[in-house]
Amino acid sequence: MKIDIARLLQKKRSQILENWMTNQLADAGLREDLMSNDDLREQSDELLTNFLNIISDKNIGDSQSSDFEPVYEILSGISMSRARQGYSPRETGVYVFSLKDALLRTLQTELKDDPGAMIEAVLKINRLMDSMGIITFETFIKGREEVILRQTDEITEISTPVIRVWDGILALPIIGTLDSARTQVVMESLLQEIVESGSTIAILDISGVPAVDSLVAQHLIKTVAATRLMGAECIISGIRPEIAQTVVHLGIDLSNIVTKASLASALRYAYSLLRLEVKKVQNKHLL
Amino acid sequence: MDRIPILRMGKFLLVTIQIDLYDRLATNLETDLVQMVSKTGARGVLIDISALSIVDSFMGRILGNIGSMSKIMDAETVVVGMQPAVAITLIELGLELKGVHTALNVEKGMELLTTKIGSYEDEELEEDEISPE
Repeated sequence: MKIDIARLLQKKRSQILENWMTNQLADAGLREDLMSNDDLREQSDELLTNFLNIISDKNIGDSQSSDFEPVYEILSGISMSRARQGYSPRETGVYVFSLKDALLRTLQTELKDDPGAMIEAVLKINRLMDSMGIITFETFIKGREEVILRQTDEITEISTPVIRVWDGILALPIIGTLDSARTQVVMESLLQEIVESGSTIAILDISGVPAVDSLVAQHLIKTVAATRLMGAECIISGIRPEIAQTVVHLGIDLSNIVTKASLASALRYAYSLLRLEVKKVQNKHLL
Repeated sequence: MDRIPILRMGKFLLVTIQIDLYDRLATNLETDLVQMVSKTGARGVLIDISALSIVDSFMGRILGNIGSMSKIMDAETVVVGMQPAVAITLIELGLELKGVHTALNVEKGMELLTTKIGSYEDEELEEDEISPE
């Protein structure tokens, strides 16, 4: 007599859920700080119910069957949200594999009189759960990558602040390596700010740029040229000795760009262009 | 045929480009402007492109040409009000508009022209003063 594994498992749903929850709660790495036990149970129940509803005698041997798509979708959602919440890969893995454990234990008790059927059922369930495990990891890593991508965007966004140092003078401290994408952001925000503030002088401070190669220099020259086209003067400041060395060794010509060693000297130069003067006040009572 | 009006204001010529330039219009502008410079003996040309949002290499070259042509006819050219996107495009196209001055807006462009031409006239004046001695 052939035993319907799917129906057998469906009948034992609550027992499997109990076993699964016990497995999960028994794990030392359970993250109660990230998700309460009730939420965890609800989540597990949803996944298990869907899985057991879909599983049938026909598709149990075929993990690629399109019947399982809803289950995989739920699983992907859970995995993705776990990645965002900061679960470790191990914790996410344990979540899925403890379900496998619970299913197999149920099969073991139910089919203990028929070793042949038991082995067959165990193999099928194993294969199914393995493919679920793979999907979990795939989406988990995808979720993590999304987090990283978002953070990269945020860093690019916040790392290029355009500061109004004085009426008509903008400063843009660049921190971190300049690549094409960042230069684009830097250039756009600088030009936009020039238009908005009506500034005539922009100071690009590159003291936070770790290394200047010919590509970075090319980007800098482009930015300066674009600023000039807008009708503003661009000064590059913060040229460290190492940067001066590499620039000269690479044979990059910066001679038609105003360069200053420090932001202070660039600012002094900007003041002189605007015919401004900074004076020390003689009488301190004036303050 | 469409033409872009060229306004005369004292020693300067003013051109405001209010519509997107197509190639024919741009070449017309080039011819008209050079003729106008010669006719009026203008010392400065101010081109306001603040309404121009699309620029191609041809347009960039025309602007550069106008600058160079005016230069050899003894007039300074100032391009004012360039949009950031236009500036980036021109740089990416490798057009740096050499020989053309730039300013943020009409006011600053006028200031620039006045100082450029003013300083030149001062020199002339000084020479005149010196020569009789």
